[in-house]
Amino acid sequence: MSREDLLNIVPLFILTSAAILILFSIAIKRNHKVIYVITALSLLADFIFLVTVDTPAKGIIEPLFIFDGFGKFNFGLILITALALTMLSYAYFEQREERKEEYYILLILATLGACTLVISKHFVSLFLGLEILSVSLYSMIAYLRKRKRSDEAGIKYLIMAAFSSAFMLFGMALIYYTTGSMEFGAIASYLAPFSKLPLLMIAGLGFLLIGIGFKLGVVPFHMWIADVYEGAPLPVTSFIATVSKGGIVILLVRFFLQINGHQYTSLVVIFSVVAIASMFIGNLLALQQQNIKRILAYSSISHMGYILVAFLAGGSLGIEAVAFYLVAYFITTVGAFGILTTLSDSQRDAELFDDVRGLFWRRPWTAAIFSAMLLSLAGVPLTAGFVGEFYIVAAGVQGNMWLLVIILVINSAIGLFYYIRIISIMSEKQEAIDRPEVTLKPSVYFISGITIAALVIALFWVGIFPDRLMTLIRFLIFS
Amino acid sequence: MAIILPGFIVTLLLGGILSWIVAKQSHLYARWISLLTLLANFIAIIIIWIQNMKSPASGSSWILNFSVAWIPSFGINFHMALDGLSLLLLSLTFFLGILSVLISWKEIQSRVGLYHFCLLWVLAGITGVFLTMDLFLFYFFWEVMLIPMFFLILIWGHENRRYAAFKFFIFTQASGLLMLLSILGLYFVHGGQTGIYSFDYFQLLGTALAPKIGMWLMLGFLVAFIVKLPAVPFHAWLPDAHSEAPTAGSLVLAALMLKTGAYGLLRFIVPLFRDAAMEIAPWAMAIGVLGILYGALLAFSQTNLKRLVAYTSVSHMGFIMLGVFSFNEVAAQGVVMQMMAHGISTGALFILAGMIYERIHTRDIREMGGFWMKMPFMGATALVFTMATWGLPGLGNFVAEFLTLVGVWQVAPMLTILAAIGLVAATAYSLRILQKVFYGSPVVSMELTDLSFRERIIMGALVISIIWLGLFPQPVLNTSIEAVNVMLHPNNKVEASVLPSLKTGDAFSLREKGGSDE
Repeated sequence: MSREDLLNIVPLFILTSAAILILFSIAIKRNHKVIYVITALSLLADFIFLVTVDTPAKGIIEPLFIFDGFGKFNFGLILITALALTMLSYAYFEQREERKEEYYILLILATLGACTLVISKHFVSLFLGLEILSVSLYSMIAYLRKRKRSDEAGIKYLIMAAFSSAFMLFGMALIYYTTGSMEFGAIASYLAPFSKLPLLMIAGLGFLLIGIGFKLGVVPFHMWIADVYEGAPLPVTSFIATVSKGGIVILLVRFFLQINGHQYTSLVVIFSVVAIASMFIGNLLALQQQNIKRILAYSSISHMGYILVAFLAGGSLGIEAVAFYLVAYFITTVGAFGILTTLSDSQRDAELFDDVRGLFWRRPWTAAIFSAMLLSLAGVPLTAGFVGEFYIVAAGVQGNMWLLVIILVINSAIGLFYYIRIISIMSEKQEAIDRPEVTLKPSVYFISGITIAALVIALFWVGIFPDRLMTLIRFLIFS
Repeated sequence: MAIILPGFIVTLLLGGILSWIVAKQSHLYARWISLLTLLANFIAIIIIWIQNMKSPASGSSWILNFSVAWIPSFGINFHMALDGLSLLLLSLTFFLGILSVLISWKEIQSRVGLYHFCLLWVLAGITGVFLTMDLFLFYFFWEVMLIPMFFLILIWGHENRRYAAFKFFIFTQASGLLMLLSILGLYFVHGGQTGIYSFDYFQLLGTALAPKIGMWLMLGFLVAFIVKLPAVPFHAWLPDAHSEAPTAGSLVLAALMLKTGAYGLLRFIVPLFRDAAMEIAPWAMAIGVLGILYGALLAFSQTNLKRLVAYTSVSHMGFIMLGVFSFNEVAAQGVVMQMMAHGISTGALFILAGMIYERIHTRDIREMGGFWMKMPFMGATALVFTMATWGLPGLGNFVAEFLTLVGVWQVAPMLTILAAIGLVAATAYSLRILQKVFYGSPVVSMELTDLSFRERIIMGALVISIIWLGLFPQPVLNTSIEAVNVMLHPNNKVEASVLPSLKTGDAFSLREKGGSDE
C-alpha cells in the first residue's frame, strides 16, 4: 500500500478510531458532554483532513475502494451532515433520561457505513458498508427504549432491512454467477458486448434493486418509511432521511454509470416506473397525513423520485444534478428536522399540527426558519431546494425525459399543498390553551441555534449564489 | 445610471426588512419607512421618464441596461433592462405601491412590521418581473412575488382566507413550473443550435424553432401568463384571492400582479414564439372575448362587492388577450393603455370596497345603499371609477378599449363586435354598483363618516391619474410605442430604427404602416 493509498483511507480510520475512543471513554466515565465533544471533533477533523490533505485526483485501492472526486465530494457531504446532526443530537438527548452516550458510537459507525458506500466499487465493500449502516440504525431507531413507537419502529426497520439485505445478497450471487466477478468494473466489461441483458443478469439486478429500493424507500418498497420516521428519535429520523439514503443514491449512481445502465431499456423502464410511482404515491399519501414527521416521511419518498429523474436523465448534467440536489436536500431536511428537535420536549417529539399551531406568534424566528425549510422542500426560489429542482428539471429536459419532467412538475404542485398547509397552521392565531413551553438549558439552545442558523445561511446561500457549489461539483466530478 | 435598476429592487427589499425590524419600536415607523422607500423609487422612475421624454435614447428602444454574471455555469446573468413598457409599468407599480401603504394605515393593526415586509417584497418581485431580461431571473422573480402575496392573503385576509391563499398559490405556482419547463426547453434548443447556452432574452430572441417544438414551448409560457392574467378557463383562483385579500392585497393583485401576465404575453410570447403564437391567435382571441363576456356576466350576478370587482377584472383582462393576439400595433398600444388604466380604475374600486368594509364591516352589497347621501365625496369618486370601468370617453379605460377594438377590427371584425358587446355589459354591472351601493334609500342606519383627509388624498391621486390617462394619453403612448413595435417585429430591426420619427406623431398613423406589412 502506497503513501497515497494510505492518505486516501485515513478518513475511514479516523471514524473507526473515533468509535473506539468513545467506547473507551464511556468505560472510564459516562459524560455526555465529553462524548459529544469527541464525536463532533472527530467528524470535524475528518472533514478537514478530507478537504485539506492533498491526495491524487483518483486513487484506487484494489479491489474494494475508489477515491475519485465524486466519492470524495459525497464523503465530505456525509461527514458534514453527520456533524450537523451531532450538534442537534446533543440538545435532544440531553433532556432525555436514557443513557445517551452509546448513541454517538452508533452515529459514528452509521456514518462510517455510509462513507464506505460512497467510495465502494465492489460488492463486498458495498455490503460491508450497507450492513454497518443498517445495523447501527437498528439500534439508533429504537434508542429511546421507553417509547412504545420507538421499539415498533426499530423492529420494523430491522425486519425490513434484514429482508432486503437478503434479497440483495441473492442478487449479488446471481450477478457473480453470471459475470464471475463482484467488482463493478469487471461486471461492466463482461456486460459491454451485450446489447440486451442476459436473463440471469436481469434477475440478479432485479434482486439487487429490490434491496436498494428498500433502503431508499421508493415505491413499492416504501411501507416502512412513515412508521420508522415517526417512531425514531428526531435526529435519527433526519439521519435516515439524509445520510443513509444519500449514501445509497450515490452508490446506485456509481454502479449504474459503471455498467452503463442507460443503454438497457429494461433497466430504464424499471427505474422510470419506480420514479413515477414514488413521486405520485409519496405526494398523494403525504396529503392525507396529520403528523408532520409522517408528512416529511412521505415527502421524502417523492423527493427520492425526483432524484431518480435526474439519475435517469444521466449525462454529466444528471450526475451534477444528483449531487447538487443531495446537498440542497440535506441542508433542508436536517434544517426541518432540526427545528422540530428544538420544539420537542422531554416526553415526546414535536410532530403534531397542534405543536406548531400559531408558532409564528409564539416563536416567530423558529416559524420563519421552518417555513423557509418547507418552502425549500417545495422548491420555491431563494432557497437551495429551488436550485436543486431547477437542476433536476434542466437535466431531465436535456435528456429529453419529458414525461418524467412533466410528472415531476405536477407533483411539485401537489407537494406545495401540504407544505403550505403546515405554514398556514403555523400562522393561525392561537387563542386556546398553550402547551407548556419547552424548557431547555440555554447552552443547549445555543448549540442547536448555531447549527440551525448555519443551515439557514447555507440554505439561502446555495439558493441565491449557487455558482460556487456548481463549479465545485463540476470540478470534482470531472477531475 | 443603470445601477438604478437593481437599485429599485434592493431598496424595496431592504425597506421591507427595515420596516419589519423597526415595527417593534413603533408601527408608525414601519409605515413611514415603507412609504418613503416607495416614494423614493417613484420619484426616481418619474425622473427617468421625464429625462427620456426630453432626450429619447436614439436607435434603440432600451433606455437602461444592467448586466452582471450571476450563475455562469448555466449562462445565467443578472440582466435587467428598461424600455418604455417597463418604465410605464414601474411607474404604475410604485404609484400604487405608495397608495397600498396609505390604505393600510388604519386597516392593518396586527403584525404591522411583517405586513409591510410582505408588501414591499411583493412589490420587489413585481418590479423584478418587469425589469429582468434573463429568463431564469424572470422565473425567479415570478415565483418570489408569490410567497409574500400568499402570506398577505393568509394572515391578513378575510374569513375564507386560507382557502383563497392556497388556491392562489397552487394555481400560480403550478403554471409557473410549466413555464420553467418551457424556459429550459428553449435554453437547450438554443444551446444546441448555437452552442451558446444562455438564458438571456436577447440571445434567445432569434432562436429558430421547429413548429411543433415552438408550439409546445409557447404553450408552457402561455399557461403561466394566462393563469396570472387570468383568461377564462384559468380564472378560478382570482375571485377568491381578490375578495379574501386585505385591501392592499387586492389592490396589488388586481392592479399589478395581473399585469405581470399581460406583460409576459407582450414581452415573451409575442417576440419569442411569433409563429406559434400566430397559429393559436384566433383561439386566444376567442378566449379573450369569452373572458370579456363571461366576466361581465358573472360580475353582474355577484353580491359580494369585492368579488364583483374581481370579475370585472376578468372581463377587462379579456381585452388584453384580444389585443395582444391581434398582432397589431394599435391594439398592442391599447393593451399597454389597458394595463395602466385598469390598474388605476380597478385598484380604485378595490380601495373603495375596502373603505366601505372598514365602515360597515360587510362586503355584501345587499346590505348597502344610499351611501351617496351620507358620504358624498366617496360617492363622487365611485362615480368616476365606475364610469371609467364602463369605458366612458374622457377616462383612461376608454382610450385603452377603443384602441384595442380599432386594432382588432382589422384582424377579426366579428370578435370585435362581440367584444364591443362586452362594453355594454360593463355599463350594466357598473351601474349596478352605483345603484345598489350609493343610490336608493339608506339601508344601514349607522352613522357613516365621509372620506378622511388621507383617504381623500388617495382617491384624489387616482382620480387625477385616470382623467389624465383619458384626456392626455399621448405621453403614455409615446413612451411605449417603440418598445411595442420592437416586440411585434423582433426581426425587423430597420423598422425599429425608423420608428423614433413617428414618436411625435399620432398613434393612429401607425395603422396604415402596420396594415401594409402584415
